[in-house]
Amino acid sequence: MRFQLSEDQRALKMGVRRLLERRFPREALRAAVDAPGRIDRELWRALGEAGFFALTLPEAEGGVGLGRPEAVLAFEEAGRALLPGPLVATHLAAGAVPGAAAGETVVAAVGGALVEWLDAADVVRGDTSGAVPLRSVDPLTPLHRVPRPAAADPLAVLLTAAEQLGGAVRLSELAVQHARTRQQFGRPIGAFQAVQHLCADLLVRAETARAAVYAAAVTGDPGDIAAARLLADEAAVRGARDCLQVHGGMGFTWEADVHLHLKRAWVRAQRNGSVTDSEELLAAGLVS
Amino acid sequence: MDLCDTPEEAEFRARLREWLHEVLPGLPPKPDPADWPGRRAYDLGWQRTLYDAGYADVHRNASPALRMIFLEESEKAGAPYVGANFVGLLHAGPTIAAEGTDAQRARWLPPILRGEEVWCQGFSEPDAGSDLAALRTRARRDGDDYVVTGGKIWTSHAEVADWCELLVRTDPDAPRHHGITWLAMPMDAEGVTVRPLRTLAGSAEFAEVFLDEVRVPAANRVGAENDGWRVTMVTLSFERGTAFVGEVVACRRTLRQLACGARENGRWDDPALRRRLGRLDAEFRALWRLTQWNVSAAMAGGGVPGVGGSVFKLRYSAARQELYDTAADVLGPDALDLDRPWVLDRLSSLSYTIAAGTSQIQRNIVAERMLGLPKGR
Ligand SMILES: Cc1cc2nc3c(=O)[nH]c(=O)nc-3n(C[C@H](O)[C@H](O)[C@H](O)COP(=O)(O)OP(=O)(O)OC[C@H]3O[C@@H](n4cnc5c(N)ncnc54)[C@H](O)[C@@H]3O)c2cc1C
Repeated sequence: MRFQLSEDQRALKMGVRRLLERRFPREALRAAVDAPGRIDRELWRALGEAGFFALTLPEAEGGVGLGRPEAVLAFEEAGRALLPGPLVATHLAAGAVPGAAAGETVVAAVGGALVEWLDAADVVRGDTSGAVPLRSVDPLTPLHRVPRPAAADPLAVLLTAAEQLGGAVRLSELAVQHARTRQQFGRPIGAFQAVQHLCADLLVRAETARAAVYAAAVTGDPGDIAAARLLADEAAVRGARDCLQVHGGMGFTWEADVHLHLKRAWVRAQRNGSVTDSEELLAAGLVS
Repeated sequence: MDLCDTPEEAEFRARLREWLHEVLPGLPPKPDPADWPGRRAYDLGWQRTLYDAGYADVHRNASPALRMIFLEESEKAGAPYVGANFVGLLHAGPTIAAEGTDAQRARWLPPILRGEEVWCQGFSEPDAGSDLAALRTRARRDGDDYVVTGGKIWTSHAEVADWCELLVRTDPDAPRHHGITWLAMPMDAEGVTVRPLRTLAGSAEFAEVFLDEVRVPAANRVGAENDGWRVTMVTLSFERGTAFVGEVVACRRTLRQLACGARENGRWDDPALRRRLGRLDAEFRALWRLTQWNVSAAMAGGGVPGVGGSVFKLRYSAARQELYDTAADVLGPDALDLDRPWVLDRLSSLSYTIAAGTSQIQRNIVAERMLGLPKGR
């Protein structure tokens, strides 16, 4: 048993992180917030060139030929960077929809009762008849609701969990950074135990989710994937709330990034059906 | 990243599984929890069986991965828990192995492994629990002995222990963390009085230990005089590192039994209960993976599991309590009947967020040592 990242996996993860830092810095994130609903095609193609969408596609089909764990690591980084766009849907379309692997074609898909990026995508998979636009809570994710929800693809659930994990890790970093620098009562707020414990819980939830998500990536077991989803949703959603609390009034502003993470975490938690489905799946497994 | 056994691990697992399968049916029945001599004999007997089969040393000498396999397979097969051997096998023994002299290792380790001597942990005092460095039990040097006076509290298994890993203050003038010494004290020494304390579960799991001019040979000191805090940190890293691992497997078994119980009594039809059970399954799956992650990290780093143990301990202790609260939900009014399964477990689960460092202390450790936040106030 060697349940740690290999050298190659670490390098891949860091490579994706650096690519995103370069191509999608904070100014780009805020620019995307100010011009919602548009996909940055150049960035999309850069991701395609880097192999982001073709990671698990066999080499014979023009892909990178890596496995689920590598895809999970890349999606963790995407979640960490709060990268917008139908990333999971396009990744899953690589090999099936021409141009998806290369990042030329943006592919959206019905996931649960929602479709993200319906209008901006080139290709939409699933039954979208009767789709109704929502005024999306997440300024970075346009949403439509469909009357006939699609069953969840376990791989989509896993990659979404990986994004949630990345978001949770980032939120833990943001909280700790703020707690170290913000001063009240003549000392950094991170010296107060109530704040320390919020930060500790952020980390504990993220690290527990990490173990679950990575294990599910290795085994591919439906139960493990359902567990990963529950833990990662919790880490991202509760992590965002706690991070907001650590930021105080600043956390309640449009200016701080915390709300963007929280809103995206809510969107991802609805993608591919609700957490109830995952809980019921695991419960059924206990008596089978 | 993989979760497969290496050939060596697979071989060990298969051999152990087969052996457990052979030996467990012949085990004597479990003694009554109130029967201390019976429990001591039972736990030592099991340790002796492990020793004779070559498995006694697995807690100490094997790689962490083999240790995990040992705990996993033992729990899965329903083998006895370490019980009274907990302190000897899981922290006093490893501490002596790491910090003791050759003579000390030769004196104390074989009887622990052969199932001949039971150890207890005399760290906490009435005024020094979370704040362990506040301990006041004094030891003054007199010839070849230390003369110890003071008292310990919450000492698990003190009633049946032969030895106590004891923390004493040898230099009252030194800064708090500097004047402490780690001693191995014989529990039958003159001046040692054990007074059982009744737990909220009605049992006498732990005791108060009064020490009145107890003579402990200086040769029983592990580590240097006044260097006991450092030795203690070694002990605690073992205590938090791997001590609870096997229990996660046991919790998963309990969870399945709970689900089946709920199906039998109709509670299963309540979707809220099913969802709770499903979420607990996710939790224990994750905790098992987290352990594998921590152990793999320790193996890669070449040492004992580090502060990752605090992440695990925090989450596990809460999950265990939630498990037995859910059991109460399955049982309904029967959850108030001490003769029902799970009811005593529910009571004893209440100690998990307190013993071996409270959840608040674990959060302090995560915040200060893992996240690097300023020292707390
Ligand atoms: C079942 C059981 C078995 C035990 N077995 C042993 C044993 O064999 N040997 C042994 O030496 N000890 C043993 N203990 C003792 C155990 O380690 C202590 O109970 C524990 O460390 C807490 O100390 P305390 O009881 O003095 O509580 P206190 O330290 O008084 O804590 C009371 C409350 O205050 C909180 N608190 C204290 N300090 C802080 C802080 N700095 N920040 C935030 N909150 C704080 C705690 O979290 C807790 O909620 C056992 C305890 C139990 C319950």
